[in-house]
Amino acid sequence: MDAQTIIAKRIAQELRDGMLVNLGIGIPTLVSKYVPAGLHVYFQSENGLIGTGAPPPEGMHHPMLTDAGGKPVTALPGAATFDSAMSFGLIRGGHLDMTVLGALQVDASGLLANWMIPGKMVPGMGGAMDLVTGAKRVIVAMQHTAKGQPKIVKRCSLPLTSVRPVDLVVTELAVIGFPGGRATLLETAPGVTVEQVRRATEAELAVSERVSTMAL
Amino acid sequence: MKTILLKDAVALIPDGASVMIGGFMGVGTPERLVDELVRQGKRNLTVIANDNALPGIGIGKLISAGAVKKTIASHIGLNPETQKKMLAGELEVDLVPQGTLIERIRAGGFGLGGVLTPTGVGTVVEKGKQRIEVAGKPYLLETALRADFALVQAFLADYVGNLYYALTARNFNPVMAMAADTVIVDAENIVPVGVISPDQVVTPAPVVDYIISHA
Repeated sequence: MDAQTIIAKRIAQELRDGMLVNLGIGIPTLVSKYVPAGLHVYFQSENGLIGTGAPPPEGMHHPMLTDAGGKPVTALPGAATFDSAMSFGLIRGGHLDMTVLGALQVDASGLLANWMIPGKMVPGMGGAMDLVTGAKRVIVAMQHTAKGQPKIVKRCSLPLTSVRPVDLVVTELAVIGFPGGRATLLETAPGVTVEQVRRATEAELAVSERVSTMAL
Repeated sequence: MKTILLKDAVALIPDGASVMIGGFMGVGTPERLVDELVRQGKRNLTVIANDNALPGIGIGKLISAGAVKKTIASHIGLNPETQKKMLAGELEVDLVPQGTLIERIRAGGFGLGGVLTPTGVGTVVEKGKQRIEVAGKPYLLETALRADFALVQAFLADYVGNLYYALTARNFNPVMAMAADTVIVDAENIVPVGVISPDQVVTPAPVVDYIISHA
C-alpha cells in the first residue's frame, strides 16, 4: 500500500455517520474514496457546495459545478449550494464536524503551518485559516517527512495557520495526537517501529501506553 | 436597471478603478467583461476577488495583460504569473483569509463598519489590526471592503434585473453585488419577469445597475 493510500484509509476511519466534512486538495481529497460502508457523510467544498460527489463521467461535466480546485464534481442526492458567506459561516460557525488538510509543518503542541514559505512560495491561505480556526475537529494528512526532513518539528519556523492546535496527524508511518498539548504517538503503520517514527520526527514524542498498529 | 452593450459597460470603468469580480477559480467569473477589460487596455485596476484563477482563465487574463496594480484575494497559488509579478514588485498582493474576505465584502454591502472574526488571531494576519475581546474570546476587527464596480455573473436575470445563480458559480457574486457603487451583471440567460419566482430571487433588481445586452 502506498503512503497516500495508508493515510487516506486511516483518516476515513475517523468519519462518523451524518458528519459535515471538508477535505483539502491533495491527499485529503482521497479520503472520500474510503468512506466506510453504510455511513452517510456530507462533504463540503468551500466554493459553495454540500454533497460533493465523485467526478462525473467523461463528457458529462457541468462548467458551474466544481470543487474548490475548480475541478468538475457531481452533486449527490440531498446536495445544497450556497454563496461564500454561507460557506464560511458553516466553517467558522461550529457547523463543520471535521476538516482534513495538508501541512508543511506541525509542531510539538499541534500548531500547524500550511500556507506559505516566505520568499519562496506564497500561494495565500485560501480557506485554511478559517477551517483550522472553526472546524470542530482538525486532522492533518501528510507524508511524515519532506525530502528526508521531519515535518513534525519542535517549533514551526513557517508562519502559523492558526493558534488553534490540530487534533490528529496521520502520516504513512504513524497516528499522532496532542493530549495535554503534547505530541503523542498513538498508532504505528503496519511494519513500522516506534523507533522508526521517533527518528523521522524532530519534536519530542510521547508514546501512548496503548500504542497500537493501524488497522487498515 | 438598464441594459447596456458590453463595450459601453466596460468604458464606464476608468483606469485606476477598484473592481470586485465574482468567481472561484474562474467558475462564476463574468468572462466577457474580463475579455473586454483586456481589449480596452485598462490599467492600474485594483481587483478584489477570491483568487487570481489561472493564466488564460478569468482574472488570470487581467494579470497577464498588466491591467492590475493591486489584488486583494485569498489565494493566488495557481497563478504563477501573479506570484512572479508579486515577487518582482510589479503587483501588490494583499492576502486575506477567504472567510474574512467574504465577510469584509458583506460588511461593505450591508452598511457595517467591519466584522469580528477569530480567524487570523495570533498569526501574521493580525499585524496592524485591532484585537477585541468579546466574552473572554479574542477576535480581530476586520474592516469593511467596497469597490467602485462589481462585475457579477448570474445564471438568470429577468427583464427588471432580479438575479438567480447556478450551483458553485454563485460563490462571491451575490455578496459583491451589494458592495459596489456600480453593479454590472453578465447573465447567461435573460428571462421574462416571473420566470425567477420571488422566493428564488437571490439578488433583488434594485441593487443592479446594468445588465449586459444579449443583442
